Amino acid sequence: MSEQVREQVRERETRRLDRVVVRFAGDSGDGMQLTGEQFTSETAAFGNDLSTLPDFPAEIRAPAGSPAGVSGFQLHFSDHDILTPGDAPDVLVAMNPAALKAYLKDLPPGADLIVNTDAFTGGNLKKAGYTADPLTDGTVDKYRVHKVPLTSMTINAVNAAEGVAGLVNKKEAERAKNMFALGLMSWLYHRPTTGTEEFLRQKFKKRPEIAEANVAAFRAGFNYGETTESFSVTYEVAPARMKSGTYRRISGNLALSYGLVAASELTGLPVFLGSYPITPASDILHELSKHKQFGVRTFQAEDEIAGIGAALGAAFGGSLGVTTTSGPGVALKAETIGLAVSLELPLVVIDIQRGGPSTGLPTKTEQADLLQAMFGRNGEAPVPIIAPRSPADCFDAAIEAARLATKYRTPVFLLSDGYLANGSEPWLLPLRESLPDITVEFTTEPNHDGDFWPYLRDPQTFARPWAVPGTPGLEHRIGGIEKADGIGTISYDPANHDKMVRLRQAKIDGIAADIPPLEVDDPSDSARVLVLGWGSTFGPIAAAVRRVRAKGLQVAQAHLRHLNPFPANTGEVLRAYDRVLVPEMNLGQLRTLVRAEFLVDAIGYNQVRGLPFKAAELAGVLEDVINQ
Amino acid sequence: MTITTNGKVGGDRVTNRLLDLVPAAPGKQSRKDFSSDQEVRWCPGCGDYAILSTVQGFLPELGVARENIVFISGIGCSSRFPYYLETYGMHSIHGRAPAIATGLATSRPDLSVWVITGDGDSLSIGGNHLLHALRRNVNIKILMFNNRIYGLTKGQYSPTSEVGKITKSTPYGSLDRPYNPTSLTLGAEATFVGRSIDSDRQHLTSVLRAAAEHPGAAFVEIFQNCNIFNDGAFDTMKDRDTRDNVTLRMEHGQPLVFGGDGGKAVRRAADGTLEICAAGDEGVLVHDAHATDPSQQFALSRLTGDSHGVTPIGVFRDVDVPSYDEEMNAQIDGAKERQGAGNLMSLIAGRETWSVS
Repeated sequence: MSEQVREQVRERETRRLDRVVVRFAGDSGDGMQLTGEQFTSETAAFGNDLSTLPDFPAEIRAPAGSPAGVSGFQLHFSDHDILTPGDAPDVLVAMNPAALKAYLKDLPPGADLIVNTDAFTGGNLKKAGYTADPLTDGTVDKYRVHKVPLTSMTINAVNAAEGVAGLVNKKEAERAKNMFALGLMSWLYHRPTTGTEEFLRQKFKKRPEIAEANVAAFRAGFNYGETTESFSVTYEVAPARMKSGTYRRISGNLALSYGLVAASELTGLPVFLGSYPITPASDILHELSKHKQFGVRTFQAEDEIAGIGAALGAAFGGSLGVTTTSGPGVALKAETIGLAVSLELPLVVIDIQRGGPSTGLPTKTEQADLLQAMFGRNGEAPVPIIAPRSPADCFDAAIEAARLATKYRTPVFLLSDGYLANGSEPWLLPLRESLPDITVEFTTEPNHDGDFWPYLRDPQTFARPWAVPGTPGLEHRIGGIEKADGIGTISYDPANHDKMVRLRQAKIDGIAADIPPLEVDDPSDSARVLVLGWGSTFGPIAAAVRRVRAKGLQVAQAHLRHLNPFPANTGEVLRAYDRVLVPEMNLGQLRTLVRAEFLVDAIGYNQVRGLPFKAAELAGVLEDVINQ
Repeated sequence: MTITTNGKVGGDRVTNRLLDLVPAAPGKQSRKDFSSDQEVRWCPGCGDYAILSTVQGFLPELGVARENIVFISGIGCSSRFPYYLETYGMHSIHGRAPAIATGLATSRPDLSVWVITGDGDSLSIGGNHLLHALRRNVNIKILMFNNRIYGLTKGQYSPTSEVGKITKSTPYGSLDRPYNPTSLTLGAEATFVGRSIDSDRQHLTSVLRAAAEHPGAAFVEIFQNCNIFNDGAFDTMKDRDTRDNVTLRMEHGQPLVFGGDGGKAVRRAADGTLEICAAGDEGVLVHDAHATDPSQQFALSRLTGDSHGVTPIGVFRDVDVPSYDEEMNAQIDGAKERQGAGNLMSLIAGRETWSVS
């Protein structure tokens, strides 16, 4: 944008806001995810804090124009630190009637509604399930409606653009309408625009005419905002004050992938990922397959079982074995996880949870695999469980999973979810020296009178020695049959089995001494109610806690990162409060565990709607519990 | 005798360049070096004893360091095998050994990785893994002990049992049509398929040797007698009086002849299938295990005692195709060469960062 245009923009009334929630919505082929991602990039570049929530259907191209095929992208950005992608949008961009139909219910009265009037044709209205035009029948009266003929203005702009005319057809021109919408929104919220133009030219560098068509649409959207009477105000959200350092924006799955590459460097072991494609975990396989220069091996297996089997085989050979999946895949991998428990080999099992049971809601979030991770195996087969709390935290969680797996020679569950996987936030990049040293040493010498006993344990950690094939003199056989304590040969002896079951349990229980205590956040130091969460609910819970405290009420918050074993002080923390509220995106799985383990009569607040909690709703629940 | 070849009989003996990646044994090894201290616990008279003895006798000949050999098995009688070998070993879970071995072999090219499995383990519960390990051509050697019965679970019919088999789970006779394991694996794009018999040490050793020298996935079916639940399943191929008439010993580059005095042979019938003829007849085929096209090898796999009165043993197919492991490791080496070793901190920073002071 020229300086002159910028000046004109400033002449219009500009309102300062501390935070804004925007949602882009359209057909799943309309490029809404790309539009949202790019608006987010502009916002990150501007220096706001932010949090995003993509919401898309499981079908790649659901019937065009139907509410089932609507794809949405929500972004919350602010001048202060924020914790969630926002409860309700302040502005909804609806590219067609189906998008309006799908999301209007989320829009509070008075919010801005930008609609593409060109898409409100008889056929599209019918496909969306409208019998009358919602733009004229009073449906949208409560909102500040901005009717924009987005498609036709895009086509006009593209046709008028230099170096484009005659090179793109009408369909290609029309496809740039998402960039028109982005341009308009960029104008409305004073976003920097050069990054987007560079992005478009890079993305379409093989077809410069398409790049220019998109740039033309983007500029036309921006200029339309400038000239139209429809918008009486524009909005400014100042950069947030954030801790000093270098930032990038990151999604959970990307952070997790980088965490695994980091864990490889920190342990000194090459990563071997065995995986079968499954939503919402596949992005980790895609990402890791790019990083061969780090020695990362990725293996797209014939099924979930082969994925984890290959990872376990690689672990036997001294790799950092990793498998990635979602709930249905965990069910298939259960037997191999049990084998890893018995073999006592390191293995990182990553479950990006989604709505269940069965196929459930593949693209929606849920945290209902906790009990599956905890108990979903035959026999006594304890496995440590770690859950990241935010997209960026997936990086540290992956390193912690690798640390526990290699140090204790055990499979470890990492429970992320669809919300963390696809959501994004700014990430203060860690310094290399701040990353933990988790170097792994293999056993290379006999450990028992010149012999090698594969199950002779470390007296502190109870971990068994890890001697990899290729080590002379330490040839040994391991298997899923019960082994004699120490020497590791097959044993059906009753007392030995009892001892081995207890030893394996004690090894996992002992991790409690090797993890940080559960921290409680209670500025008042006199709260009587504790809200306890785990995993991706951290953001909404913390946001709700802030709201409640802002009203003068007192509440303590604690968030579990380690779910098996629990931090050593967990029982003590829980018992110190009159009431413990456990909000979860399941029907009470953590609540079941803490009740069983600590005899604490925790209260549940549970939703399985495929979406993260809304902060306002949780705040209301918290208030009710506090005022009981 | 007129001999018909398919034009050229395929190339030279296949050698395993991948075996060069495995460290050599420091000195001469013997059978004793490969015998573990574990008491062998198969039923007395089981064919597995003979196979174990043959393998223990063969491994020294491989010439690779004992610590660089790994045997991985699934579940079943045969899968106890690794416990009795003084190498690295893993007795895993039912059907999954090829998957586990795939992870080990691809991440450790310095190992010689062997899979021990049975007809139930590899063709029933683990059928999928077997097919995919073979089609990928992972550098593992799969020895499938086929006794045509479930032994460890005490005598149910298996995927290679004949139709109508009366077992504990099929008192009225089994209904399933059996697999032909060599046809199945040739169909799965296996680059090496062989077959031998538990009791024929010399022949089994020759097939094991060929498998070991194959640079990629090798599948070896070993007819194995279960003297408890399916005794005598292969007796006609073992009995001195009958064996030569019912066993076709295939050798690459040699005419496909059998019968006590070499009096019978194999030729192509007018409809393209194979038929048995007299050795002196026109059109006797020469075996070509190295032919890229598997048609004739597959046709040979269709010869069975039931259908043609003869069962081929030896190497059906042995072709040199790049192995999965080689190619995976080449991609990694190539990436390191082109891009240099990865820099973690620049990876995680990515291209779009901003600074807050």
